[in-house]
Amino acid sequence: MSEAKTLYDKLWDSHIVDQQDDGTCLIYIDRHLVHEVTSPQAFEGMRNDGRSVRRPELTLAVADHNVPTTDRSIRIEDDESRIQIEALEKNCADFGLELYSMNDIRQGICHVVGPEQGFTLPGTTLVCGDSHTATHGAFGSMSFGIGTSEVEHVLATQTLLLTKCRNMRVTVNGALPAGVTAKDLILAVIGKIGTAGGTGAAIEFCGEAFTSLSMEGRMTVCNMTIEGGARVGLIAPDETTFEFLKGRPKSPKAGAWEAAVEFWKTLKTDDGAVFEEEVVMEASDIKPQVTWGTSPEDVTTIDGNVPNPADEPDENRRNKMERSLEYMGLDAGMAMKDIKINTTFIGSCTNSRLEDMRAAAEVAKGRKVADGVQALVVPGSGLIKEQAEQEGLDKIFIEAGFEWREAGCSMCLAMNADKLKPGERAASTSNRNFEGRQGPGGRTHLVSPAMAAAAAIAGHLTDVNDLD
Amino acid sequence: MEKFDKLTSVAAPLPLINVDTDMIIPARFLKTIKRTGLGSDLFSTLRFNEDGSDREDFVLNKPAYKDAEILVAGDNFGCGSSREHAPWALMDYGIKCVIAPSFADIFFNNSSKNGMLLIKLPQEQVDKLMQDADQGANSTFTVDLEAQEITGPDGEVIKFEVDAFKKHCLLNGLDDIGLTMQKDQKINDYEERQKAAQPW
Repeated sequence: MSEAKTLYDKLWDSHIVDQQDDGTCLIYIDRHLVHEVTSPQAFEGMRNDGRSVRRPELTLAVADHNVPTTDRSIRIEDDESRIQIEALEKNCADFGLELYSMNDIRQGICHVVGPEQGFTLPGTTLVCGDSHTATHGAFGSMSFGIGTSEVEHVLATQTLLLTKCRNMRVTVNGALPAGVTAKDLILAVIGKIGTAGGTGAAIEFCGEAFTSLSMEGRMTVCNMTIEGGARVGLIAPDETTFEFLKGRPKSPKAGAWEAAVEFWKTLKTDDGAVFEEEVVMEASDIKPQVTWGTSPEDVTTIDGNVPNPADEPDENRRNKMERSLEYMGLDAGMAMKDIKINTTFIGSCTNSRLEDMRAAAEVAKGRKVADGVQALVVPGSGLIKEQAEQEGLDKIFIEAGFEWREAGCSMCLAMNADKLKPGERAASTSNRNFEGRQGPGGRTHLVSPAMAAAAAIAGHLTDVNDLD
Repeated sequence: MEKFDKLTSVAAPLPLINVDTDMIIPARFLKTIKRTGLGSDLFSTLRFNEDGSDREDFVLNKPAYKDAEILVAGDNFGCGSSREHAPWALMDYGIKCVIAPSFADIFFNNSSKNGMLLIKLPQEQVDKLMQDADQGANSTFTVDLEAQEITGPDGEVIKFEVDAFKKHCLLNGLDDIGLTMQKDQKINDYEERQKAAQPW
């Protein structure tokens, strides 16, 4: 009888090309997403060594990090941003790679585009020079972020040299309470395990709280796995997954589809498989979450208070908390709901999908953004933007005083013109509240799309249920 | 890739936990299409005032540590994004070795592919080295990769662990791609098997 395996074990074992004596494995890479920021130096290396791309059809490129979210017919003002996008266009043309550049309706954030096109499939290995590649684990794909040297390695060889992660399982039992979203769920998990809790691990998310989520919600969860330190986050594929993928441009076509689904159904952890680490939580304990500090683990509930560093026994942690509160301009003990904001950002690879747009629009509908608040809505792809417009969501946002933008990474990491000014404070649906992440001196509170929209309307952090 | 064998340098103490890659090199500096030149923006927010002048309280701005090639840091160093610009910026500045209780996974991989040695030690040993590093110009460490030893300013020797394959690549400055391309036949075989098993 064969040994019981975890889902991660199965994905790992089925991609081993070669194993070295020290256990390091050469792993085959089925899918590769490329964007303009972490690829130019890889293409430069390929050129210098006279190498070609081994399997060009397995790489899909998209411009996302630098692109403006305003009028695309105007030349990009920032020279460096423009040069990076032009370099991507040239590199894709020279090496024969498919590219969705700025004016393609399919353009968007690479982690939104991959699943949307059916490029992301269960049972595959998928990499990208971006840590939020963990997103694609929502489909039962072994997906993880890599550096530029590894981007070059994949382009040249379609493989990577890797050491296996340990198996970790996070189970959240029961159904999420009403008004608690996938974003609240993953923030609560990170709050529990800490930002280094998953270091060296591949996390499988199990339990009703995860399996009852839509694919959009599952992507939000897996996307932030890296914020808990783990490179890989997985959810076993099921009918929800198959339903999402059916008929997508790059999904298996009729004939092959049935065989693919039969195989995908085997992609689950066997009974009796062993996880080195287990975390179990109850969904009923989870409330809407918001961050107070400068690490995603610095999280509390919306009805909570800013913690007091004096209560922290560990000196390193206490120092970090004091530093965070000073940076964030917050006093220990103040109510989260009393924190005033001047910016709202609804977007990013964490929360820019149609479901997120709908959730924010539902809150915005018939209400007005508070005076002095700038509120940006940045859909994850041109196709999401188009569909949202067909549903009239753009009109709801615009009437409420939100700005409806073109697709891209935008204010999540402030590489384009969308950024916070020093001291400005945002309720943001993105994934990182690091110092300076959304602009030098900018202050970030991570929340769900509904909570971000509610904050824009109230002018301060608030529970959606508290809105008039 | 540059070789790493033995290094003797002043070590700079950076006693912060969760030093993230946005702190090491903020996203606005990632617009380059080159690997070099990022050192001038390393730790930009910690290192410079808004007007661009040096922040005197930052360790690398103190005269004793300006030429440090070793950094001693807190837990979970390099967390966050996958940007290889983080090790590029450290290397470009002149940092060749970082010692900490733990490192984020992607940063760890990226560093070794650029000839930078990351040494993971138990918290108590890092605490001791952090105290040693606090001695300013007298905080000279020697890191010997072949022997897997750090010799502190007081002559005390600390052994460290390193993955055998990574050690081999660092000592010899080996490029992974060249090594992998020698396995071309195995990659071809794998592709053939996959095509038969999963034709979609």
